[in-house]
Amino acid sequence: MARLVVDPVNRIEGHLRIEAQMDGGKISDAWSAGTMFRGIELILQGRDPREAWIWAQRICGVCTMVHALASVRAVENALDIEVPENARIVRDLIAGSQLVQDHVVHFYHLHALDWVDVTSALKADPAKTSSIAQSISNYEKSSASYFRGVQARVKGVVDSGQLSLFASGYWGHPAYQLPPEVNLLAVAHYLEALSWQKDFIRLHAALGGKNPHPQTFLVGGMTTSLDPNEPFAVINPDTITFLRDLVKQARKFVDQVYIPDVLAIAPLYKDWFSRGEGLGNFLSYGDYALGDPKDPNTFLFPRGVVLGRDLTKVLPVDAAKITEAVNHSWYEYSDGEANGKHPSKGETNPKYTGPKAPYDQLDVNGKYSWLKAPRYDGKPMEVGPLARMVVGYAAGQPEIKAAVNGLLKALNAPASVLFSTLGRIAARALETRIMAPHLETWVDQLDSNMAHGKVSIFNPIRWDPATWPKSAAGYGWHEAPRGSLGHWVEIEGRSIKNYQAVVPTTWNAGPRDASGQRGAYEASLLNTPVADPARPLEILRTIHSFDPCLACAVHVIDAGGREYTIPTRTNMGVPNAILVAH
Amino acid sequence: MPERYLAQTVAAVGKARKPVLVWLQFQDCTGCSESILRSSHPDVADVVLDLLSWEYHEVIMAGAGGYANALLDRIVKNEKGKYLVVVEGAIPTAEGGIHCMINGHTALEIAERVCRNAAATIAVGACAFDGGLVRAKPNPTGALGVQEAVPGLKVINMAGCPHNPVNTAAVLVHYLTFNDLPALDQYNRPLFAYGRIIHDQCERRAHYDAGRFVTEWGDEGHRKGWCLYKMGCKGPAATFNCPVVQWNDHTSWPIRAGHGCIGCASPRFWDTMSPFYDRLPSVPGFGVEVTAGEIGMALVGATVAGVTAHGLITMIKPAPKPPVEPEERKEA
Repeated sequence: MARLVVDPVNRIEGHLRIEAQMDGGKISDAWSAGTMFRGIELILQGRDPREAWIWAQRICGVCTMVHALASVRAVENALDIEVPENARIVRDLIAGSQLVQDHVVHFYHLHALDWVDVTSALKADPAKTSSIAQSISNYEKSSASYFRGVQARVKGVVDSGQLSLFASGYWGHPAYQLPPEVNLLAVAHYLEALSWQKDFIRLHAALGGKNPHPQTFLVGGMTTSLDPNEPFAVINPDTITFLRDLVKQARKFVDQVYIPDVLAIAPLYKDWFSRGEGLGNFLSYGDYALGDPKDPNTFLFPRGVVLGRDLTKVLPVDAAKITEAVNHSWYEYSDGEANGKHPSKGETNPKYTGPKAPYDQLDVNGKYSWLKAPRYDGKPMEVGPLARMVVGYAAGQPEIKAAVNGLLKALNAPASVLFSTLGRIAARALETRIMAPHLETWVDQLDSNMAHGKVSIFNPIRWDPATWPKSAAGYGWHEAPRGSLGHWVEIEGRSIKNYQAVVPTTWNAGPRDASGQRGAYEASLLNTPVADPARPLEILRTIHSFDPCLACAVHVIDAGGREYTIPTRTNMGVPNAILVAH
Repeated sequence: MPERYLAQTVAAVGKARKPVLVWLQFQDCTGCSESILRSSHPDVADVVLDLLSWEYHEVIMAGAGGYANALLDRIVKNEKGKYLVVVEGAIPTAEGGIHCMINGHTALEIAERVCRNAAATIAVGACAFDGGLVRAKPNPTGALGVQEAVPGLKVINMAGCPHNPVNTAAVLVHYLTFNDLPALDQYNRPLFAYGRIIHDQCERRAHYDAGRFVTEWGDEGHRKGWCLYKMGCKGPAATFNCPVVQWNDHTSWPIRAGHGCIGCASPRFWDTMSPFYDRLPSVPGFGVEVTAGEIGMALVGATVAGVTAHGLITMIKPAPKPPVEPEERKEA
């Protein structure tokens, strides 16, 4: 039995370390550790809650803007502010675009090299790649000469002996199973997607001045003024034309490149439809109202919990059941660690007890991560695209149900294939395809509102801190690309008393809890065969299928551990922040 | 630096070996990596595949774990004094640097080893520049920027949150073309990008001069693109070429998107430029020259002399660097 260490885990956001116990060529146990800590929530204390989003946004620059959205929703919930319809639409448009861009980047630039052997593409016959491309898609860049050009470019890089990004790859690993022609197709689209992602995300620049970190949110609305007759209005007819063009191009790229590639590659790795499952428990806060914003039943991504793979039952989400444990995390609780704490009552005192640097191995019996261990009703949960598709499918959301059924039919497979490494990849692709047409709808709605003189973008009722109560508390939720995100804020006087974020990757990458229950990453690696411990490609495949984001996942809250109660201004058990934001 | 230099550079280099680039990520949000991936001139694929041998960059490189660590060791040994290193994120110094570790080594130790053996170090973003947000009060991890964490190192600082890829790509191309770095200011930021006050380059400046201000978000002035000074804009106290080069292939910049500038390319901006919605304490005066020290440490809410020159293009004068609080280093 040997301990296998992967550190750094590459092609993720942030600093993740995986330790795996090997037994007979398979993983018999695994530990997931976050190795970086900043303390942004401590830094937020005492600052103006109206600008909390500017700070919180810097929790992550990959899933940029998702923390800005959760932050303004939390403060709006605390101060009881409803935002105008236009602000809600602009937020959905920005967030939905983030999801589409982020998922495409994940597939090609963060994940593809686990499945695609770049050097094998040099052996491909470009004419055969061309016929494969034309058999799966109408995308116009599909000629033999196009693929020959791509091949020549890659050959130039390889022949120079300086492989750039590809220098440290596991090329020739026996687990790469694609024919050279499919490898060439994927490498071509790796380059296409690299170019597409920067063009498409100009949508964030048009509405927020820049990406990453668009500068456009306000507590109470957005800065994107609308006016059909003003050249310097942020949204005017010129902007609408630009946005419409971008979202059309995005839908085309998703439908003609991303989806066909996933469907072409996945069936060639069938083993991975039964590997990497993990917990079988799924949580989604739900988001993107399609009807009455106050009714979560109208959400494109429904809210709910599915336990133990049981697709016949969707349990409601009760915010009070969320806790975080620190038994294996580098923090201490003042009253002992037997029980987890609700985020609204959280306390965090960072206390590193790990080995002194340089070290070879963590003490996994003790504390071993900067991530806490979130639990729902005491259970570890998986969040993210797969959780959203599973909850949506079980809840009967029509778009999700149709997309999942279509996929299963195409693969000629039962629903159980979803609970796997490839299931996560497929779910991410499905929800990207589901989201893309909604971007067009939101642009149309903005256009229509503007044309009808409906230009309100900001609710000024609580901008002046003199209008605030002496103290207030609230929380805001968002279904970010990587899963369920929640921010909790407490305001006293004019400043932040306490702030906390419970983030998708904390759910997925967190360590064990008091009773030794593994987190989602840890559970998903069990029984995975590793052909060559020096090149642990199989570990990367499953960990990358979650799309880790570690900067998001490590956070700390009020060092004083002051308690406050969950806000009671709710409607049908729905947090106000969600109501007003939709 | 104009893009035309790229073709000349590639031609000049010919079949010779390209310089190797190492991109280190420490206490970061990866926003600065994302930002370079938005480069259009040169195109991002040219940057990461052709311009240099872009070999170590955790967020996009092919390999992980042992292969990645061996590659980094090999570069430091075999390319000593020849490779470029880019640093993204702050470096924690409290408790011996335990708040950021990669492969069991502290960020501090990795930075020492990798940066000291490089031809040049480029710090991208506010965090690598001077600690950025991570160093904002109360700086829980003793975070510092590269030039303070690794003293004596020659660092070029591409400040901003994030850095603008137009400027960083220009520095890389300049380096490849002339084997040298562009002229720097007293914070080691290139003058071409950080030498001018935002207010003096702003497309809304005419409204400021005419006294037309946004007074409430979404009001008539906001829809007409009037000056955001009264909404807390820090443009009069900040320098950057943001209004000129803009972002995302010249699509827009924050003030055009209707939000005030937060001064993100300025020294210690998180503490010195916030609260972001508070008005700068003095209305910018007329014909007053200021130093970069006054500009950089604008100290919102504290006394500031006349902020900028009306109608003048003000070149920044040298000024002392912002102080390092002694308590921040005590546990290092």
